[in-house]
Amino acid sequence: MTTAIELADSVRRGETTATALTAEALAAIAAGNGTLNAFLHVDTEGALAAAGSVDRAVANGEDPGLLAGVPIALKDNLCTRGVPTTAASRILEGWRPPYTATVVDRLVGAGAIPVGKTNLDEFAMGSSTENSAFGPTRNPHDHARVPGGSSGGSAAAVASGMVPIGLGSDTGGSIRQPAALCGVVGVKPTYGMVSRYGLIAFASSLDQIGPLTRTVADAAVCLEVIAGHDPRDSTSLDEPAPSLVASLHDGVEGRTVALVRELVDGSAADVEASVNASAAALRDAGATVIEISIPELRLGLSAYYLIAPAEASSNLARYDGVRYGLRVDAADLTMMNVATRTTGFGDEVKRRIMLGTYALSAGYYDAYYGRAQRVRTLLSRAFADAYGRADLLLGATAPTTAFELGAKTTDPMAMYLSDVFTIPSNLSGDPAITVPFGSGADGLPLGVQLLGPARSERLIFAAAQVLEEGAPR
Amino acid sequence: MTSLSREDVAHVARLARLALSDEELDRYTDQLRAVLDHARDLEAFDLESTVPTAHPFAAAAYLREDVVVEGLDRDEVLSQAPAVEDDRFCVPQIIGDAP
Amino acid sequence: MTPESYEMVVGLEVHTELKTATKLFCGCPNAFGSEPNTNVCPVCLGLPGSLPVLNRGAVELAMAIGAALGCSIRPSSFHRKNYFYPDMPKDYQISQFDEPINVGGALELPDGSTVGIERAHLEEDTGKTTHVGASGRIHGAERSLVDYNRAGVPLVEIVSMPDITSAAQARAYAAELRSILVATGASDGRMEEGSMRVDANVSVRRLGEVTLGTRCEVKNLNSLRSLQRAVDHEAERQSELLAAGGRVVQETRHWDEGAGKTVTMRSKEEAYDYRYFPEPDLLPLVPEDAWRERVVAGLPALPAARRTTLLDLFQEPTSSQRDQVLSVVELGIDAMVTSAASSGVDATLALARVANEVAAIDGAAGLDVDSVVTVLVMEQAGELSATQAKAVLADVAEHGGDPRELAARRGFEQLEAGSLDATVDELIEAFPDEWTRYRQGDDKLAQFFVGQVMKLTKGKADGKAVVASLARRR
Repeated sequence: MTTAIELADSVRRGETTATALTAEALAAIAAGNGTLNAFLHVDTEGALAAAGSVDRAVANGEDPGLLAGVPIALKDNLCTRGVPTTAASRILEGWRPPYTATVVDRLVGAGAIPVGKTNLDEFAMGSSTENSAFGPTRNPHDHARVPGGSSGGSAAAVASGMVPIGLGSDTGGSIRQPAALCGVVGVKPTYGMVSRYGLIAFASSLDQIGPLTRTVADAAVCLEVIAGHDPRDSTSLDEPAPSLVASLHDGVEGRTVALVRELVDGSAADVEASVNASAAALRDAGATVIEISIPELRLGLSAYYLIAPAEASSNLARYDGVRYGLRVDAADLTMMNVATRTTGFGDEVKRRIMLGTYALSAGYYDAYYGRAQRVRTLLSRAFADAYGRADLLLGATAPTTAFELGAKTTDPMAMYLSDVFTIPSNLSGDPAITVPFGSGADGLPLGVQLLGPARSERLIFAAAQVLEEGAPR
Repeated sequence: MTSLSREDVAHVARLARLALSDEELDRYTDQLRAVLDHARDLEAFDLESTVPTAHPFAAAAYLREDVVVEGLDRDEVLSQAPAVEDDRFCVPQIIGDAP
Repeated sequence: MTPESYEMVVGLEVHTELKTATKLFCGCPNAFGSEPNTNVCPVCLGLPGSLPVLNRGAVELAMAIGAALGCSIRPSSFHRKNYFYPDMPKDYQISQFDEPINVGGALELPDGSTVGIERAHLEEDTGKTTHVGASGRIHGAERSLVDYNRAGVPLVEIVSMPDITSAAQARAYAAELRSILVATGASDGRMEEGSMRVDANVSVRRLGEVTLGTRCEVKNLNSLRSLQRAVDHEAERQSELLAAGGRVVQETRHWDEGAGKTVTMRSKEEAYDYRYFPEPDLLPLVPEDAWRERVVAGLPALPAARRTTLLDLFQEPTSSQRDQVLSVVELGIDAMVTSAASSGVDATLALARVANEVAAIDGAAGLDVDSVVTVLVMEQAGELSATQAKAVLADVAEHGGDPRELAARRGFEQLEAGSLDATVDELIEAFPDEWTRYRQGDDKLAQFFVGQVMKLTKGKADGKAVVASLARRR
């Protein structure tokens, strides 16, 4: 399969056109989406129009951008002006935002062609994409299995070859876990590196947008395009996008990588074996691999399942039937709010709203939300200590390969445990990447995870490139 | 940390403007209690001297200059509203004043 | 116990809209009176995915208010206050909670008393709801309509200490605060337009008691007058209740201006639980020292200092002059007096004209100071009579422009001082008997001569100047 970089090169050289690539992607989606349900909305008209303008730019000798003509999939929690944006929720069904997310503007500015909006767990709350109001997405490697979540639609779209790049959002692992389960690369950048403007908020202090791609290099190019300060997001880091492609082949010679016990313990044997094999690959490339323990990481899951729902309970209050989206009529305003929210939100969303409301409510704030925030500090300090001993950390991305549809839907706690290895970097705000590395006993893809300190994307990408080259075929 | 009661869940559902059936109330109580029970592991650590983290990287706020930026077209905004009257968003009768 | 054995304890919460160009967290215009829902964007409509970005101008005005009130200006942060209401697009309000930008401070009132300031913090305003049916009231309305133009307009909430002990003092505090807000340029202080809104926390306690009684919050105070009346009535209600052996229930009450009493606002089905937590979309606000110092140094003269400046123009100001000084400072038109006085106009004349004629003009504070001063200088010089001066002031207010031209247009050509004296001499010769009686002390005859002068000059002379001229010849 051709990479995004190669596609853009061939468009720029005039060997193919954006329109041809777009048509090809649209055809692949038309052929496969009935089974996979990766896309909730395909914007044929918009995509062909965007492709036309890239082709005109090429014809006029203008620079069509780094991602010229590359079809991309957008997770459906990214706002796109005039194009339906639902966050996979009934409550936003039919909503056409009057504005576009910063990341989408930047991608289009670089010549990329958004072909459609991908499925997700409702409001990005979930780890299997089964919480979508519009039906689950299926794993391209085994249709009886989940693609992971919440960015399962983008992961499936990339893994099945419909598009070379998908955008996802990662609040507790929602890019990395589905990427691992679908066998693609997934990046959760440093918090603030990518603007959240236009990303429908789940948990504002944890959410971060990032790419899902087939290669590490494609992820690097995509991140270079979408990263960098945005004056419309106060939490966006006040610095330009890092240059990642230039240092992609810097290797890991002389670097110390720490395999973290807590990021492997509790995973399946094939997962652990794959992590060990990836450690060996890094060692072969000249890195020193040590093994460490960071006990505080065990607290991540609990802290996360208080902080994220708390922020979500507030972020999702605005869906009240007044200004946009669903309204279920009732005799008075309060009853209308209740009827709308009760009808419009799915089970998992309601569960988290109530959990978060409880964690913030009078009398419980200190015991739950307040405590979780202190644990967050503890966790960040523990990470900082670890980075005093190693340049990068290594672990599993998810405890198992893709599980079967329906396997965990009745037990929220079991589902939450799928995020146990990815959650800590969201709490600390540090970057992490998952790279496909071998397959499990069931033949399904496995991913390993590299973590680094804030703003260490260049280091992480160079190490990920080593793993990609050293991965078993 | 105390154990979550059925009444607690009913209370937060009211606060969050959600209606629950009796069956849902039972189910949610069990499920939320399981999550909160898991969170008891946070009690094991002494956190008295640890400050809370609200933002991953708490730098000073970025400030915007006080300059007008073009907003949205009213028709486009109102086209998305469930009910409109006199160029305003229309809601059913409000019982109770603003706090 | 009788109602008279109770004293009131009052604290005021004043919300003031800041006079910024744009809203607190987005670039939409902060404008009053636009077409509904035209000053809106994804941020102030609370659209999914939108994010707030703090307005530097609003921070600067908030610091100016803090500096003017003697507060300590501190690093601060924003919280979310969560409650459902349709005028709030996100169903939470972004407000400062445990770390406000301004802490502590005090306001000295003209009578010398001091009211402590607890805090003055930044927050966003809500949209505006109008009720259809039931003659515009919320109760019994069929439906309500929401306009989000005001949603996100910057507010500073100034919370006083419970230091106020009378309704008159409550009014004086609000009036003084308004003058300060106007002086700093932070607000236009218009209570009628809602750009300054006052809520009163009123409680009573037995005389000599130290602990505070149960308080009620009184809302809907749309003028200084209703503030004073409402506080008086609420304290009286509570005192009578307690004197009769009842007890005060903590609640929010609504001032009914027509009925002249406070009434319970509809009781809530459940107590509010705002679930405050740190706003994750905004980082801590830490104004650089240099910026803060610049704001403090750049503060204009405040009302207390301006009153002193005016009073210093008089050796022994009368009590009515003291009142006039208070009022011109409160109206923000005191610069006309000081400026006229420094241009040689008699302070008594300048203060009287500004406190009476100028103050009566709608939007007096917006008049061009130089134009007003020119009119006063002309009157002082005898170029305009008092009546003419008032007419020209009205013209200045209505059309603006050069007062000399306005005077000329009205035909108030100046009567030269020399020609007035010549006219008076003529009349003395023409009416020798009247002149003799006048010289012998019959002051009434002055009016006779004034009338004759007016006849000859077709009303262009200044009566006072005529009397002065006669007096010089007596």
